[in-house]
Amino acid sequence: MILDKIARLTDAKILCGETRLTRIDSPRAYACDLMSDVLALCSPGALLITGLTNIQIVRTAQMLDIPAVLFVRGKTPMQDTISLADESEITLIVSGMSMFQVCGILYAEGIKPCLLADAGA
Amino acid sequence: MPEPIDLEYDVAADDYQTAGEASSNLKETLKILGISSSVCRRAAVITYEAEMNLVIHGGGGRIIANIDEDKVEIMTVDRGPGIPNVELAIMEGYTTASDHAREMGFGAGMGLPNIKRNADIFEIETEVGVGTTLRAVIKL
Repeated sequence: MILDKIARLTDAKILCGETRLTRIDSPRAYACDLMSDVLALCSPGALLITGLTNIQIVRTAQMLDIPAVLFVRGKTPMQDTISLADESEITLIVSGMSMFQVCGILYAEGIKPCLLADAGA
Repeated sequence: MPEPIDLEYDVAADDYQTAGEASSNLKETLKILGISSSVCRRAAVITYEAEMNLVIHGGGGRIIANIDEDKVEIMTVDRGPGIPNVELAIMEGYTTASDHAREMGFGAGMGLPNIKRNADIFEIETEVGVGTTLRAVIKL
């Protein structure tokens, strides 16, 4: 699903990477606050949905070629996190919805879960 | 690749702000060398998890990477507390991470299992009170 549509469905605000919104197409998503679980299970190209906002979320996304991160519950990262994401061409968006709501909406709209077999592939 | 490439990075203890810079730099270097994106990701996950272990557990340390036409080899060396039970430490879900590390999203007990999963060769030498040396190799 194109990130622009994901942002509209979750009523999300764009923190950085607005120009990439229509170019990022994530067929899968992974929702988690544990970065090692993300590193183990998130597929390259997937959308990462998280409630954590520290700079290591962007580092984790860098390692796995994750193009976009959606922060839930309206939590906005500090500027250094946003700047690193922008430098790394990772788009950050923030939704006021809970993780449950965001996941429910995106799942119902057809975004698939990540599969263990995809991780690292 | 005409010449083997050696990279070394110092990693500071408990510095969650700059943690990950070394892994990011290594991944960029591998990309520039034209190494496949799959191998770049595997090397990045190995290095990042090992780097976070230096930050969280090892009291800081050093990352040494060697890249040649046959392999990417990543080693980390620390003078930290050592691992009393390696068998337990490489079990998924086992963790001794601090509350602060958990608040940052680490301490899921997946670090060493993630390194092992992404490596073709995985070795740990550790001694309690002396430190830990980890070696992971991806064959090209």
